Amino acid sequence: MKKVYADENWCLGCGLCDVHCRTIHSETNDIVKAHNFEQPRPVSRLHIETGEKVNFALQCRHCDDPKCVEACITGAMQKDPETGLVTNDTERCVGCWTCVLACPFGAIVRDEGAKKVAAKCDLCVQSGEPECVKHCPNNALVYEDREGE
Amino acid sequence: MKYVIIGNSAAAVGCIEGIRKNDTKGSITVISDETHHVYSRPLISYYLAGSVTQQNMVYRKSDFYEKMNVKTMLGKKATTIDAKKKSVTLESGESIGYDKLLIATGSSPFVPPIDRLKKQSNVFTFLKMKSALGIEKLIGKDAKVVIVGAGLIGLKAAEGLAPVCGSVHVVELAPRVLPMILDEQAAAPVQARMQEHGVVFHLGITAEKVVGEQTVEKVVLKDGTELMCDVLVMAVGVRPNIKEAAAAGVKTNRGIIVDENMRTNAADIYAAGDVTEAIDVTSGERKIMPLWPNAYVQGRAAAYDMCAAEHDFDGVFPMNAVGFFGLSIITAGVQESEGAQTLGAGEGAAAKRFIVKDDILVGMILVGDVDRAGIYTYLLSEKIPLSSLTKKLTDDDFGLMAFEQEKRNERLGS
Repeated sequence: MKKVYADENWCLGCGLCDVHCRTIHSETNDIVKAHNFEQPRPVSRLHIETGEKVNFALQCRHCDDPKCVEACITGAMQKDPETGLVTNDTERCVGCWTCVLACPFGAIVRDEGAKKVAAKCDLCVQSGEPECVKHCPNNALVYEDREGE
Repeated sequence: MKYVIIGNSAAAVGCIEGIRKNDTKGSITVISDETHHVYSRPLISYYLAGSVTQQNMVYRKSDFYEKMNVKTMLGKKATTIDAKKKSVTLESGESIGYDKLLIATGSSPFVPPIDRLKKQSNVFTFLKMKSALGIEKLIGKDAKVVIVGAGLIGLKAAEGLAPVCGSVHVVELAPRVLPMILDEQAAAPVQARMQEHGVVFHLGITAEKVVGEQTVEKVVLKDGTELMCDVLVMAVGVRPNIKEAAAAGVKTNRGIIVDENMRTNAADIYAAGDVTEAIDVTSGERKIMPLWPNAYVQGRAAAYDMCAAEHDFDGVFPMNAVGFFGLSIITAGVQESEGAQTLGAGEGAAAKRFIVKDDILVGMILVGDVDRAGIYTYLLSEKIPLSSLTKKLTDDDFGLMAFEQEKRNERLGS
């Protein structure tokens, strides 16, 4: 399946991916309102790690055997057998954070806004291409299928 | 191939999904003495607190059995297993043959002997839907609740009931809450948070007797303290349901003894979930680990072995993610170990503690700050030498940057 991959040597750690992730997952989808006015504050579903020499952004890896799905106590976290997408049904999620305990990448984010739920990368399926990739100024994030190689 | 599963909870679902990944044709029969569609037991406290509906308690969608092509025999109790004839007999006398059998009969609440305690109508355990529906009828703003046991189930019960009941008293033999998973330092903020929400604790003491014939009206503690009671929840612990397995010659101790592939000593009989005693990979000790995620992965591991399919199963270890009134706690592995070193960061309601032995992380307790906890879980389960990391576990910005770049990129596919 197509996934988001980071090239550490190109990542500036600028944070634009984070900004656009938060925006697309906000109520208004407006960059200013999402960051300055929306309550509860929308959360970004990626982590930016900055180092001395390299930086990278990390989001859900949509694993073949996702630990979060195995661990989920409600059955809200599921992997779509056809698309491979790992999704969380926020209707059923109770925010117990067992997925946070289980994810070996630390990719799941706690959203303690309106209702406590696990937030994670959904590859922006609704808009076709992940926003983090679209807005990366240095092509340090790419969206491609590397598994068929 | 005929697969039969006794039990209908996390281990059963893990097994069903595991079988169907490898064998779409074989017949699967699920036998359960409960009548409900598979539901999530840990959600009972959420249900009683009113934060989850009964519909949302289902662990898999309503078409699950149909989609997985599973025949269900719900509301039926398996009474006898014949390991020689390879059949399971139900209470009704009906007999079902199997090629591969999974025993996933779970555990039952252990009710300690307390003077005058029998099956009064307001005494509940907190494990099954039936008890949730019973408690529901008795709760209200004047209801006085007494909970015996301050483990995970007792405290989740307290959290769920405190907002909807008049008073909640918790009685615990150990000197602290969650004694099995937290040390004193970590237990204190949890207790404090619950007290802020009205939960009253009686620690280091036991319930000596109850008063009341039809219903328990009062619980009397060892020091003479009397607690008025409309609902009594017994949450001291659970015991594996091993009776039928033991009678069939399956090797048991406190639970069914299983190997790393969930096989029992009996040919073609597997066990998974609360009913088992398995090796805790962090301590090397055999123990009962009655935890939802473990049940699921054990059930699936059994399925892969039944289907003779390749499977990368690392085994299980204690791990918990739990929260009380917004204070999150994540623990994994052991609390202490001989010759181990404890590393700490922070204190009170925002603290991390790591137990390290011979350069390997063997346990952790995270209170409040639980973000990205899975990275530590990975270190623990994969036994990654900590000296290979470029950051300290206690560093604020601990993350995947701590791994060597090559290894990190390999894992991330970059």
